[in-house]
Amino acid sequence: MTLVNAVVQGVLLGGMYALFATGLSLMFGVMRIVNLAHGDFAVFGAFFALVLVDSASLSPLVTLLIVVPGMAAFGYLLQRGLLQRAVVASPLPALLVTFGLSIVVQNLLLELFSADQRRLQIGSFETGSFQLTYDLAIGYFPAVVFAIAVALLVGLSLFLRRTQLGRLMRATSDDQETARLMGVDNRNMYALAAAIAFATVGLAGVLNGVQTNFSPASGPTLLIFAFEAVIIGGLGSLWGTLLGGIVLGVAQNVGAWIEPAQQVLAGHLVFLLVLALRPRGLLAKGAPA
Amino acid sequence: MTELVTIRRATTSTRVGGGLLALGVVALAMLPYVIVPSQVFRFIDLLVFVVLATMWNLLAGYGGMVSVGQQAYIGIGAYGLVYLADQLGVDAFLAVPLVAVVAAAVAIPVSFLAFRLVGGYFAIGTWVIAEVVRLLTVQVDDLGAGAGTSLRSLSDIDRDLRIAYTYWFALGLATVAVVATYLLIRSRLGIALTAIRDEPTAAASNGVEVTRVKRIVFVVSAAGCGAAGAILALSSLGVQPDSIYSVQWTAYMIFMVIIGGVGTLEGPIVGAVLFYVLREWLAQFGVIYLVVLGAVAIAITLFVPQGLWGAVSRGRLRLFAVGHTVRLPAEPSPTPPARRT
Amino acid sequence: MTGQAPGGALLDLAGVDVHYGDLQAIFGVSLAVAEGETVAVLGANGAGKSTLLKAITGMLPITAGDVRYDGRSLRGAPAHRRAGMGIALVPEGRRLFASLTVEENLLVGGHRARPGPWNRRSVYELFPLLRPLRKRPASVLSGGEQQAVAIGRALMSNPRLLLLDEVSLGLAPIVVKQLYAALPAITASGATVLVVEQDMHQAMAVADRVHCLLEGRTALEAPVSEVTGDQVANAYFGMLPSVVS
Repeated sequence: MTLVNAVVQGVLLGGMYALFATGLSLMFGVMRIVNLAHGDFAVFGAFFALVLVDSASLSPLVTLLIVVPGMAAFGYLLQRGLLQRAVVASPLPALLVTFGLSIVVQNLLLELFSADQRRLQIGSFETGSFQLTYDLAIGYFPAVVFAIAVALLVGLSLFLRRTQLGRLMRATSDDQETARLMGVDNRNMYALAAAIAFATVGLAGVLNGVQTNFSPASGPTLLIFAFEAVIIGGLGSLWGTLLGGIVLGVAQNVGAWIEPAQQVLAGHLVFLLVLALRPRGLLAKGAPA
Repeated sequence: MTELVTIRRATTSTRVGGGLLALGVVALAMLPYVIVPSQVFRFIDLLVFVVLATMWNLLAGYGGMVSVGQQAYIGIGAYGLVYLADQLGVDAFLAVPLVAVVAAAVAIPVSFLAFRLVGGYFAIGTWVIAEVVRLLTVQVDDLGAGAGTSLRSLSDIDRDLRIAYTYWFALGLATVAVVATYLLIRSRLGIALTAIRDEPTAAASNGVEVTRVKRIVFVVSAAGCGAAGAILALSSLGVQPDSIYSVQWTAYMIFMVIIGGVGTLEGPIVGAVLFYVLREWLAQFGVIYLVVLGAVAIAITLFVPQGLWGAVSRGRLRLFAVGHTVRLPAEPSPTPPARRT
Repeated sequence: MTGQAPGGALLDLAGVDVHYGDLQAIFGVSLAVAEGETVAVLGANGAGKSTLLKAITGMLPITAGDVRYDGRSLRGAPAHRRAGMGIALVPEGRRLFASLTVEENLLVGGHRARPGPWNRRSVYELFPLLRPLRKRPASVLSGGEQQAVAIGRALMSNPRLLLLDEVSLGLAPIVVKQLYAALPAITASGATVLVVEQDMHQAMAVADRVHCLLEGRTALEAPVSEVTGDQVANAYFGMLPSVVS
């Protein structure tokens, strides 16, 4: 594989990472919760799809029709019922609760599904590619994932900017007390934000489960990738998460091209570099996007 | 002539508590003479838990920094010990304090990076750093790469004696860790920490060097975790990267501190003992025990945030004299101790 | 006669206490505002004016007494429901949504709008200076412009009861005058207005009645026409703690 190929693959991988990062970024932006169980819920989504595939013989991509709304509902209830109690001035309780959730989800999945590596199969589409030039190929599936990521970001951006509900959500994120005075029940807003975040997490988890192997222990790695994409891109910027995802994907793939075993480490090192040199991220804004 | 207000640090309960704890340490020191080595061995784990819980609480409960990456320093400690003892010929036991210094030395530059993040992102950042440390460690063939390595320099010592020495060093470390934290919290640094926790901007404008104070706490916590890692290497006679760098250690630290009580000195100790007992009892049920512990941690965080020690003592009973008691003139009994330093 | 105004009270505070934790901030304050009235609540810093407004809007619970609105007690009504009842607050310090534009701030204000004359167009007519600023983020506006947006935002819900918290804070006198010049149009549309102020003269120039708070207690309550500036100043500063009616 040539370097150019590695970079292109990295860019496309960035779309996947952006999908993961969006949910994490949204929950932090609206209710200042960093969900340490974020990656584990993605894996949960993948297993949810797996169960549907095994029991109802559905194609993994069709299961999205059930998984995404299901995860959205789950996220809404989780926020309203549990995480809402952790929305306090101190960040400590939310971190401890989401960390606890991470442990619970990981080990429940382990108990139900064993530690084996799994994969969601969609057949030859997953491995097929366009051959652009002699040494440049673009995988069908990574390209589709990238397109989905862009579509999601566009949709979310339009929702936040053009709809009243989106405006109310941004207002709640700016100043939830004053938003309440305008008649906005912030518990509903938070739950809605959580629903959207969990929907994207479910989507990302299923797509990731098609592209790579996953197991109950895969969550933390996904959390770290999502986090790195958010920080590299810059807090508060929706398109920043795409840029951050791309930078991370390219860093990892170029790292793998140099030394195959060091893909993940290469990503970490680039992340630390950005943290050291441009701590606010590449596209940082003062206020949420 | 106005009468002066007297301010005392110690109260009856802290005097009694302090005395009991000192007695406890002496009694524990006698342990290897009283029970069989295989039982002593289990106490080593318990003491390591006390150290880890105290150090995590120092960082999160007092310092306000939630770290999910202290396993980095546990690993540095364990690998450091093996390297110092096997490669550099340092006496394995004397290497324990040296390793703490190494861990502290690593934490200093790390803090400059980590402090660029706050809150939950700081937490994940520490996790990334732990992963980087792990990935870098397994590159080094001298350290056994991915398979880990064993501690060879202790192979000549009699097993029972080795366990006893490891135990005494563990006890010593636990005592030092708790006492050091106690002195730190009791000092001006402790007051600065409370000010930072309550209102960082006001603290800074009153001359508290917020970053410097946080860095000290960060480094001390790393040193403690490093020494704990060294003890772990001594007790298991080796080190294994996937185990020593596992985020499981953070899970243990968090459980212990939440269950015992965040932000008190007694809490982590209570939590460590409780967690140790729980783990022994629940291990028979397999992986579900972690689900139970996770659920318990969530429940306690939301409903009993002061932890078990906090619930029992209700902020009034203290074994460690970190509070202040104000005695007004011409009053027969002191006013109740301040709730927090 | 304490706190009882003619014409039926839209807002009726009876013996209200408010605590911040263990600290009591309001001591047994009674205040009634009739529909269509403009009442000025005056007092120095820390007298409890903003606290009183927080109790009315539900941001703070009351620890004794009752707050009645349109004849019904507001006890237990959460803050976010009171907007729909027609209570709108212009918060102290403006508290605009910084990442939203002027127009978006107004739209959020209209979230629970009741039927009435106030909409974006009428707000821009009231404050023509805002029209060219519609698409600007609220954070880049000057203090006076922000205050106009804050008032407009509150008006968007077509409130029956408009609460103005320290409109003059941090603003140049000429700007304050311009803002208060908008008040007649607001009351003409039928709104009842409660003006909380430190600026005594400006407030009394627009109010029907004045209510002075001193350290959380009522120090003076009277129609504006029946008190002199000196009497109010005395009550404001606590020189003659008497209830004149």
